[in-house]
Amino acid sequence: MMTRPDRKRPTRRSVIAGGGSIVVSFALLSQAFAQEGEVQGAAPPQPKPKLPGSLADDPWLDAWIRIDADGAISVFTGKAELGQGVKTAILQIAAEELEVDPTAIRLVTADTGQTPNEGYTAGSQSIQNSGTAIRHAAAQVRELLIGQAAAQWQIPADQLRAENGKVIRSDGQTLDYGSLVSTEIMHVEARPQSRLKTPGSFRIMGKPMKRVDIPAKVTGTPIYVQDMRLPGMVHARVVRPPRPGATLTALDPSAVERFPGVVAVVRNGSFLAVVAEREFQAIQAMRLLETAAQWSEGMKFPNPSEFIQSLKTRPAQQGVVAERGQPGAASAQSFQATFTRPYQIHGSIGPSCAVALLESGTTRIWSHTQGVFPDRAAIAEMLGVPAEQVHVVHVEGSGCYGHNGADDAAADAALIAQAVPGRPVRLQWMREQEHVWEPYGPAMLTEVRASLDQSGRIAEWNYDLWSNTHSTRPGPAGSLIAAQSLPAAFKAPPAKLSISPSGNGDRNAVPLYTIPNMRVIWHFLPEMPLRVSALRALGAYANVFAIESAMDELALTANADPVEFRLRHMDDPRGRAVIEAAADGFGWSRDRLPDDRGRGFAFARYKNLAAYLAMALEIEVERETGRCRILRVVAAIDSGEIVNPDGIRNQTEGGIIQAASWTLYETVTFDESGITSTDWSSYPIMRFGSVPASIDVRVMERPGEPFLGTGEAAQGPTPAAIANAIRHATGRRLYDIPFRAEKVKAAIGV
Amino acid sequence: MAVTLTVNGRTQQVEADPETPLLYVLRDHLELNGAKYGCGIGQCGSCTVMVDGEAVLSCVTPVLLLEGRRVTTVEGLGTLEKPGPMQQAFIEEQAAQCGYCIPGMMMRAQALLQADPSANEAAIRAHLEPNLCRCGTHMRIIKAVMRAGEIMRQNPQSGGAS
Repeated sequence: MMTRPDRKRPTRRSVIAGGGSIVVSFALLSQAFAQEGEVQGAAPPQPKPKLPGSLADDPWLDAWIRIDADGAISVFTGKAELGQGVKTAILQIAAEELEVDPTAIRLVTADTGQTPNEGYTAGSQSIQNSGTAIRHAAAQVRELLIGQAAAQWQIPADQLRAENGKVIRSDGQTLDYGSLVSTEIMHVEARPQSRLKTPGSFRIMGKPMKRVDIPAKVTGTPIYVQDMRLPGMVHARVVRPPRPGATLTALDPSAVERFPGVVAVVRNGSFLAVVAEREFQAIQAMRLLETAAQWSEGMKFPNPSEFIQSLKTRPAQQGVVAERGQPGAASAQSFQATFTRPYQIHGSIGPSCAVALLESGTTRIWSHTQGVFPDRAAIAEMLGVPAEQVHVVHVEGSGCYGHNGADDAAADAALIAQAVPGRPVRLQWMREQEHVWEPYGPAMLTEVRASLDQSGRIAEWNYDLWSNTHSTRPGPAGSLIAAQSLPAAFKAPPAKLSISPSGNGDRNAVPLYTIPNMRVIWHFLPEMPLRVSALRALGAYANVFAIESAMDELALTANADPVEFRLRHMDDPRGRAVIEAAADGFGWSRDRLPDDRGRGFAFARYKNLAAYLAMALEIEVERETGRCRILRVVAAIDSGEIVNPDGIRNQTEGGIIQAASWTLYETVTFDESGITSTDWSSYPIMRFGSVPASIDVRVMERPGEPFLGTGEAAQGPTPAAIANAIRHATGRRLYDIPFRAEKVKAAIGV
Repeated sequence: MAVTLTVNGRTQQVEADPETPLLYVLRDHLELNGAKYGCGIGQCGSCTVMVDGEAVLSCVTPVLLLEGRRVTTVEGLGTLEKPGPMQQAFIEEQAAQCGYCIPGMMMRAQALLQADPSANEAAIRAHLEPNLCRCGTHMRIIKAVMRAGEIMRQNPQSGGAS
């Protein structure tokens, strides 16, 4: 594996003592700022200004960008490619500010041995955090190189420009980047302000760029962790208990150990796995091992028929998410309703997988985890070794959409690797293991009570939500199934209520609309009957569903058009702009549609601080069956400054289809014996026969604005737009996701 | 025991239990990556390959059934350097997010277009029904398959898989 021995080796003292050049560079940089009026970035308060994006956590320029003497350029991001196209977008950003071609850059992603620690690749934050950091770092590196050239030529920096990996002066002479760099000049801390390129001068950013990962994906080139084949590699499968909490009470591994190809049966407390030379042998041996193991009863599952309503009566802590004006003053409610969302799965098409190798005391793990550094900490704690003895490298897997089985599979592989030192272990979960053991998106129940004033404006808004936490990611070893199975079992840390600006279960619980009196409460449920964690958009999915459903009912009561009613309450000009763009693009009107067709609208600003998205869609309800088919969708999204417009469209189209699938079809099912949704037959998702005829995503131009992220913006508006369209088509409102055909048929009473 | 297989135009002997599903022989013995494990029970289509021009779920097809038949995986459609029409179309339409399901989609679509290069959108949607995509790339997949059909119609020699 490549390492960066030079990274952080020079101390500040050696740099300053060693290089007059750096003083020159800084002086020139300051001069440049003084001359340029268009400095962007955080204001410079005293004494330590906050650096832009993830530079705040790792300020060294050479943590992000390295240029070798031969001119080779490497860019390092702590974020991982999850299929969202982040590699391509980061290359665009870096190439733009460095004034090089994207193909000239080697991009290194999430690797505990090489990249900055940027936590998790989650929350639609890769471009805001890493993209912003790399943009500023690249701009500062470019200016440092220009400064070096200025010093060499002894002419002012403002007579120079950078282009295609060179610094160029007015008479045409050039110096290559490689000839200008030294370890010392790159090993400096970023400054809070950068001389960023202006949008009018962009060559690469803001323009569609073909994804760099797609050619490999369509040719069978080995790029997934599932495709790794290391010399001497063996294949492993885990055997899980019938239910969480069950412990292994008896095991006769003798028949399995004699099975052809079996290398080892690994038992450690209640952790059970088998290792074989060939993959199919491992699967056959796993099935045999299942019959050889006896387990205790384990946890009791709740009664499924009463479960969702029971959320309101479970032990809860109250968190005030928002309170303004005088809530509780209204004498009558204009609208009051309860909405629910069941447990839902991430449902990656490729079950979770990892490769692990214990060699010379170090455990190396290749994983599709969203957080190589937190996962390293958790696995090191589980193994009882220092973090330096665990090296986690991100390798792409199947799309995750949040905290799926990736971290658990990485821990499984790491534990199995301890039993077969020197041999790389490839572990993949089986389909039913992914369906049953991944942490689910939490079930939620929400209540809206709202009232209108005489003028048809919302006077008061009361909102209560009942939910678990939406994140049980590692960090601690107790988050990992493997660690929970050991003889000295690590316990899952207790969930804590926390109210934050970006939200968790309460994400988007506060309407962005102007409402004078409001109270929003999160009834936080610390106990988790079923294991849960982050699923794309967290609570925003259920909260926006409830808010935007209520908005439509209030509009009806006020005898207002749903779009006009939203605009009536929207003061944020960018919110208004996406609402208007979606409505215009769709051809929103109050004209009569054919029978059984309806149109629906919804809006949200993700987290109330990130991307704005509005959508309109048309649906057809088949009365005889209750089957709903989305005919067409028009969405408008404002993600701030655009990096890759086609990437934004691709993510948004995908978000709409995925959220439509959640809404129309998806629910985890269980009975008192355990999870019963164990495959794609018992947990159906959207197939080609049901995808819309068209999805039109319009990307708002916001040159010069901060990046706002994209990946999760559609998840909240989609269920509401569907529910509003069904309401329009049938006159019936649906409150309980999913809207499967039988439920719709029952609601419309045919 | 040995099984004789013809994969992407190459005939070779593989030491495997004849009951082994083709998927594992492709991935584990022949080191081909296109066919992916998704469910192992024929519900998701990510393991789809072509056998004698028909789309087949390799996760539920024992290798013993494949002696004397022609197996094609996505590696048989072209290469990074020289992508075939189906691959070219998926790149042009940017029809992937995570991409895990995509080779299976391409192989099922290839079987359709080899039989009928002028298959229309409705036929493509119906034909792809067995294959699941979780990223929601469906709209682009449909467009890519339609584009692949155009490329194949313009150059009838281009579309055949090895």
